[in-house]
Formats: sequence, C-alpha cells, structure tokens
Amino acid sequence: MPDDIAPSPPADRGYLTEKGFLSWACTLDHKRIGLLYLGTTLLFFLVGGVFALLLRMKLMYPGEELFSNKAYNVFFTLHGIMMIFLFIIPAIPSALGNFLIPLMIGARDVAFPRLNIFSYWIFLAGIIVILASLASPLDTGWTFYTPYSATTGAAVTVLSFGIFLVGMSSILTGLNFIVTIHRLRAPGLTWFRLPLFIWSMYATSIIQVLATPVVGITFLLLAAERIFGVGFFDPAKGGDPLLFQHFFWFYSHPVVYVMILPAMGIVSEILPVFARKPIFGYKGIAYSSLAIAFIGFLVWGHHMFVSGMSDVAGIIFSFLTFFVAVPTGVKVFNWIATLYRGSISLDAPMLYSLTFIFLFIIGGLTGPFLGALATNVHLHDTYFVVAHFHYTMMGGTVIGLFAGLHYWFPKMFGRMYSERRALTAWLLIFFGFNITFFSMFILGVQGMPRRWAEYPERFQPLHIASTAGSWFLALGTVLMFWNLFRSLFRGGPAQPDPWGSKTLEWRTGSPPPTHNFAEIPTVTEWPYGFGKKEKERE
Amino acid sequence: MSGTESHGGETPAQALATAKLGIWTFLATEVLLFGGLFTCYIVFRLKYPELFYTEHLKLNRPLGLVNTVVLITSSLTMALGIAAMKQGLRRRATACISLTILLACGFLGVKYVEWSEDFSHGLYPGTNLFFSLYFMMTGLHGIHVVAGICALCWVLVLARRGRFSPEYSTPVEITGLYWHFVDLVWIYLFPLLYLVG
Amino acid sequence: MPGFAATNNTVSGVAAQVDGVFLFITLVGLFFFVLTQGFLIYFALRYRRKKREEPAETPYITGSHWLETLWVVIPSLVVLAIFIYGYLVYRTIRTPPADAVEIQVTARQWLYQFTYPDGRTAVNEVRVEVGRPVKFLMKSADVIHGLYLPDFRVKMDILPGSYTYLWVQPEQVGKYEIYCTEYCGTGHSVMRAVMIVMNHEDYGRWVKQEEKPETLSLTKKGEKLTENSGCLACHSLDGTARVGPTLKGLFGKKVALADGKSVVADETYIRESILEPNAKLVQGFPPVMPTFQGVLKDEDITAIIAYIKTVK
Repeated sequence: MPDDIAPSPPADRGYLTEKGFLSWACTLDHKRIGLLYLGTTLLFFLVGGVFALLLRMKLMYPGEELFSNKAYNVFFTLHGIMMIFLFIIPAIPSALGNFLIPLMIGARDVAFPRLNIFSYWIFLAGIIVILASLASPLDTGWTFYTPYSATTGAAVTVLSFGIFLVGMSSILTGLNFIVTIHRLRAPGLTWFRLPLFIWSMYATSIIQVLATPVVGITFLLLAAERIFGVGFFDPAKGGDPLLFQHFFWFYSHPVVYVMILPAMGIVSEILPVFARKPIFGYKGIAYSSLAIAFIGFLVWGHHMFVSGMSDVAGIIFSFLTFFVAVPTGVKVFNWIATLYRGSISLDAPMLYSLTFIFLFIIGGLTGPFLGALATNVHLHDTYFVVAHFHYTMMGGTVIGLFAGLHYWFPKMFGRMYSERRALTAWLLIFFGFNITFFSMFILGVQGMPRRWAEYPERFQPLHIASTAGSWFLALGTVLMFWNLFRSLFRGGPAQPDPWGSKTLEWRTGSPPPTHNFAEIPTVTEWPYGFGKKEKERE
Repeated sequence: MSGTESHGGETPAQALATAKLGIWTFLATEVLLFGGLFTCYIVFRLKYPELFYTEHLKLNRPLGLVNTVVLITSSLTMALGIAAMKQGLRRRATACISLTILLACGFLGVKYVEWSEDFSHGLYPGTNLFFSLYFMMTGLHGIHVVAGICALCWVLVLARRGRFSPEYSTPVEITGLYWHFVDLVWIYLFPLLYLVG
Repeated sequence: MPGFAATNNTVSGVAAQVDGVFLFITLVGLFFFVLTQGFLIYFALRYRRKKREEPAETPYITGSHWLETLWVVIPSLVVLAIFIYGYLVYRTIRTPPADAVEIQVTARQWLYQFTYPDGRTAVNEVRVEVGRPVKFLMKSADVIHGLYLPDFRVKMDILPGSYTYLWVQPEQVGKYEIYCTEYCGTGHSVMRAVMIVMNHEDYGRWVKQEEKPETLSLTKKGEKLTENSGCLACHSLDGTARVGPTLKGLFGKKVALADGKSVVADETYIRESILEPNAKLVQGFPPVMPTFQGVLKDEDITAIIAYIKTVK
C-alpha cells in the first residue's frame, strides 16, 4: 500500500455529507446518481430473486401443485422482466458506470449532469408504469412474442410504454457516457491509457445507443397493434409474426453484451491489482470489447433457428455467431495469462473475479452447442438454454457485479466490510449456483422444455436438485448483501487506496469529495504498471 | 454545475464540441428508431407492391407537397437564424426562429387537415398495412415536430432574454441540428408514402 | 456424413447424427474446459500469497503477440469446424426424402390435430409406420406453438399464417412424446402429444381397423375421444381442479358461472361448452379453452357426452 497518501479521517463523508431527500432526488452528482441506480436495481434483483425461488419451489413437483399454472406463467414473466429490464441492463452500466466513469477518467462529472439525473427520473417513471401495468396479470414471458402478446391481458399495452421509458433512460445514459469518455478525459489520459473498465463501458454505451431505439419502436408497434389494430405482426392482416422476433432480437441479442461487457471490464480491473501484475494483452482486451459489440449486432438470428425463418438465414447467422466466441476467448485467455507468475491475493473481489472466469468459461463453452445448427434444433427452448444464459448472465454478470461491489465498496462508502463473512457468502453462492444451474444443462439435454409449469415425472429428480441449490444460492446472496449493508454503518474506515490500485479513482478520498479531485490529476502512464521490468530487476 | 455550461474548465468552444457530439449521438439513436419503421416499410412494400400502389393514391398528394415545401423552408429559416445569432444579429435571429416555429405549426395544421380527411374516408391505422405504416410514420414524425417546436420555443425564450452571443449559441445550434434531422426524415417519408411508383 | 459412431441412438438416423455433433462439441469443449480451468486454478493456487503478506516481486509481462495470435487463430479454426459439422447435419435435418408421407398438423391452444393423407384426423396422437419417413406440415390456428420430439432431436415452431415443416424417419417401434416448446399461454406445459411408431403389420391392421365403421360402444368411444382430444390435460377425472373444472360428477350438477348465474350441466350445456367454451364460463376458471368446432364431429361430441355421464 502506498504510504504517501494520508488516510482520510472517518469523519469526512465526502460526497455523502449532504443529507435529505432533495439532496438525492435532485442531485447532479454522478456518484449520487450511481448510488440511486444501485439501490433501485438491487431492489429489483431481490424481488426478481424471490420470483425465481417461487418458480423453483413449484418445479419440485411435476403436477399443478403449490400454485396454478397461470400464476407460474405470470411469475416467470415477472422474473424475466425485472431481472432483464430493471436489474441486469441498468445495474452495472448505470450504477457502477455512473459512479466510476468520471472518477476513472479524472473528470469532475459526466458531460451532461442534468441529463444524467433526468435519465434516472425517466427510469423511475418507467418502473412506475411497469409496476402499474401489473394490476392485470402479465403472462407473455419477457420475450413478448406476437401474436400471443397481442391478444393476452391488457397489461402488455401499458407495459410497452414502461419498457419504452426504461429504454429511453438507457439510451440517454449511454449517450452521456460516450460523450464523457470522448471529451472529459484528464490530461495525459490517452485512449490506450484508459482503464479497461472504461473501454468496456464505451463499447456498452455504443450498443445501448444503437440497439435500444429498435426495441423502443418494437414496443410502440406492439402497443399500436393492441390499441389501433395495426397489423405489422398479425398474419391475419398480412403482417408477419417473425418480423417481431427479428426486431426483438435485433435489440435483445446485442443487449446481452450490454449485460456482460461491463462485468468483463470489472474483472479486467480487479485481476491485475490482486495479482500485482500488468494485465496481459491490454489492447487485445480493449479491442475485443469493440469486436464483441460489433459482431453482436450481426447475430440476432441465432435465437430463431427453429422459428420458421429461412434455412439460408439460419446458416448465415450460425456462421457469424461462432465468431463472437473468438474475441470472448481472447479475453479469457488473457485473463488467465495475467495470473501467470503473479503474487495473487484471494480477497473477496479477486475470489468473485476468478469465479466469474470459472462460471463464464462454462457458460461460454456451452454456447457452441446452441450456435451449431444441428444441436440447436434439439436444444432450443429447453433447459439447456436456461442453464446457458444463467451461467453467462448470473454466473457472469451478477458475479462480476458482486466482484465490483466488493472492490469499490470502500471507495463508495469509505468503509470496509467483513472479509470473513464475504468468504462464507461466496462459498454458498458458488456451490448453490452450480447445483442450481448445472442440473438444468442435463435437464435440457434430456428434452425438458423451458417455461413449463408441469412436466413428465422423469425430470423430477434433477428439478429437486436444482431447487435445493437455489436455496443455497439465495442464502449466500442474502448473507453477502447483509454483510455489505451492515458495513455501511459498522464497517471500519477505508483508506483512499485499500487495494493498492493504480486507476485514478483511488487517487482521491474514500468516499470521494463532491467534485471528485482537489486538483485534476495528470496521467503519465497506463494504470496496470505492476511488476518490475527485467532491466530494473538486474 | 449545469448541463450547458462548462465542466472541468472547458472553454465555450470545447463545450460546443461536447454538446455537438451529444446531439449527433442522439441523432444516431433517432435514425435507428425510424429505422424500425423503414424496415417494416421495405418488408411490406416488397411483399405487397400492388397494395402500396393502390392505397397511396388515396393520399392527398398536393397537401403532402405543400408540407414538404413548408418544412424545407423552415429548415432554411433555422439555418438563417443560427447564422444571424453567430453574427450577433439578435433581432434577426429571433425573427428567424419565430418564423421556423410558425412554419412548423403550419406543417402540423396541414397534417391535421390530411388526417381528418383520411378519417372521414374511413381510413384508420388499422385499415390495412399501408395505412398502418402511413399513420405510424407520419405520427412518429409529428411527435418529433412537436418536440422540435417545444425546443425552438425554449431557444426563443432564451434568445429574447439575451442569453446568446456570437461566442455562445450552443442551444440554438443543437436545436438547429435536431430540426434539420426532423426535416430530413420528412424528405424520405414524402416520396415513400405519397409517390409510390 | 462424418457421423460419430460412438453414439448408440437408434431411434432415427438423424438423431444419431445430431448426437454425433453433440459428442464432437462436448469433446472439444471438454478439452478447452480442462485447459482453461486447469490453468486458472493452478495459477491461482501456485502463485497465491498469504493474507497481509507483502506482494512478492512479479515480472512485468504485458502481453505476447504470438500467444495472442495463437489463441485467435486456433479457436477460429475450431469454431469453424463446429459450424461446418453442425451445418452438414442440419442440412439432413431440413431435407425430407421425396417419398415422405405428409401429415398435416394444426396446432391450437393447447392441442395438436393431425390429419392423415386419407383425410382421417386424430388429436394429440399420431401413428406412423417404422422405417417410413414422415413429413409434418404444420400450421397454427392461433398463436405460435412448437413441435418437439426430444427422442428424435428435432423441433420446429408452428406459425399462424404460414407453413413450417419437420420430418422424421423412425427406426424403432414405441411411443414417443411430443412437446410444445414455444410458450403459448396457460396450457403451454400440458400441450403434449404422442407419436406411436408401429411395425408394418400393426400399422396395416390399424389402418384397416380405423377404416371400418366404429364398433365400440358409445361410452367407450367417448372415453377414447376424451383421452385423445387433449381434454384430460385440463379436466381431471378424479375431482381435482386443473386448468379447467373436473369432469367427475359433472353431468346433472348445478354449475356456478362467472357472470353470477348458474346452469345445470345437461347435454346442451356440455355440447355448447365444447363448441363455444367461453359462452358460459364456470366461475373461478380463466377463459382459455379452445373451441373444438371443426375438430370434433357431431357424433364424437355425442359420444363424449355419453362418456362424461359415466364419470362419477
């Protein structure tokens, strides 16, 4: 730990000093806005998690036990909508992104602070509309495939506007980040000195800005179909239900990279710090983020191999899909190479980062089964898909978020958490997760379709295993949040740079002052200069 | 700290560049928003060319043409307004912006007449795919015109309060860029909807 | 076909080929799994330092062009191989033999109706002959459904407004499950059917028997129809309420309706409920039953009513 920085007195609450409702609701401070997003998204993570537990409970029985099939359908829809639209898309970009981008690039705030708080208000408005729509049960699944979504309960119309608002918030946040990263970097902070989290957020923002409007128009058209009888997706009126799927996945496929890229950025920050080694292949990791963002726009059709789309389109999409694997592979190999001959400390952030890599490799290696046409036909819409995307989204993004929360917690709140409790929570999460979701791979191969409330009895043993796993996972998650929550009030004071990191956010107080830096720092080198050069060692 | 003033010691010129990058990014988003509708248009026009031909004859072509002229003129007055603002000619600038707002309202008025005419002929968004597209596209464009009028009014108020100078006219320029975009969308909509070959 | 013979799937040739692709990807995946996880765990343990211990001196390694090139090129070639293998088998999956028997499938919430080439129909049950390729030509009457034969490793969505197809050539006699795989509403998970693969003699006998006029008693015929038309997916015979009310003791009972009125469940009521399910909705149940207009013939409904009378 560098000893040239005096520890900030615990009494200095930095940007957290001001109290009161308005100081939060009308704040222009990116750090406070980040925390607002963090609180909101984590709340929906917990609510969505409760739905997940209910679903798992019901699936212990093959018949219509515990609650009705209709209720099951509503619950999996809500689980999907909350987890996707209200948690995982905004969680890392809007929460950590807002908090960290200006700090990491040595700026006093984002480029458009008023637009920033406005984005949060729109996000809240969207949430309110979405919650209001739930007055009537919603049972379309988060994919809203027409014509089912055009004919089922009234909630879909209202919900469409809610999603539109949440999407708008996402676009404006992405726009703000793009401009911030372009324009407000500290002197000397060239593109190739940027922290890799910033690179990943830049790629993420591009996807948000270019893909989200498409889902916006898609949901407007869905609403128009229900209100005015516009028939773009209705075969009875000459429309095409597949057009909806194309539109939907044109957004929803790139958006999985909005979910995963920031988590990859977090891991790229944490690994070098805790291994005390420079990141291996900086440019490879930076460019692979952009490559993933770009290729991600060309592969949406792999969700539709058995949809009735033309076989030729399927073949092209399958071919392109495989090339997402290459930049993703580069990242994984580079991360592992970073560990080589390091001096690795397995603190909570590092443990979660390594877990991210471990689980993401499983999620990644099960991708080719779904990308290959022949096996996709068998596995599409089975539990194999459910397992695959939970390994990447939960095992990847959520674990990455947990890593980031532990890593930046001292910076955000100026306090440390209990390491011992963090490790217990990690153990429960790791085993719970694998039991829950690995069972699903096997279920999928055996042919268990997803979104089924009832199922043939032969699937029951694995479903019970999965449900049991979900309890451990839930317990671990609750313990982890309890540990962090408790530390907000009870944690010991944190140093400005407790981990010995080299990125700019650690060069100011913990928590940082409102304007981030007493003096804007000048950057002279990249942030991963750990380790000794051969020459110096001699 | 406010949205339009400088951050981190930016000069006005840098602030303008920042704001311009912001609006261009925003316009990229807008292109994709309309892109969804244009994709629908391409898909269905290729699928039902006769429907598009016969149905488009029911539109009022002269009014569409009038609206095109109105909107292009408004783009011109907008450009003149920005030029005047940069030369410090405040009165001329506010006059140009007012004229732009007036033309925009005129555009909406003509649109209102057209839509009422369509409704009276029993042509609704749900009538057939062509009219679905017609109403969705002109409707979404109309919403953008309304948003543009709001932005222009805000700029006009600021201009009258003397908030702009030859050095600082960022909001005017940004609103101008947005207005040109709205105009450009119509330039595509007009032939696609009114002049189906 | 470069089929991996390591699989013992004998249900159909296509299934064996798909399993071959699956095995190939599994082996490749396992190799990379062991490689990456092995190094990850090995490095994490080998270079571990104790808590609160000062970091050891580490080398300043920032990358290696040839290593990075290596792990761009090798994975590219591997995924290319997987793509090509997957594509070749997919071509077989999507190319039905010219002599395949065409069976029309109409899916609706929540049943499959199969129409044989000679015009006979059956609900939620389709009989095919072993060794004979069959092509299902599918269309939906309402929302999107799917038809999935897990044992045969094939599935396809069923769309309203256009046809999709799927073919199988069963090589083994038996009963195989058919699942709906595209979410289609409340009854999605009970939308199941069976494909019965029969040997040559049995199939011939079945074809002849079905052509003869019905010799079963009315209630027996009704029982068979109730089973085969998918009624039991939602209506139980033992008194438990499922998606719809139970059939047990239904006939002659006074039924409370959703609009507050009540009606005695007589022949007319049951017939109406089969043809126009939402006309008199039972209290406490969602309006989700599909109409059987055009699915069941008049005499079929008579038989079903006769059967319902016996369920007590």
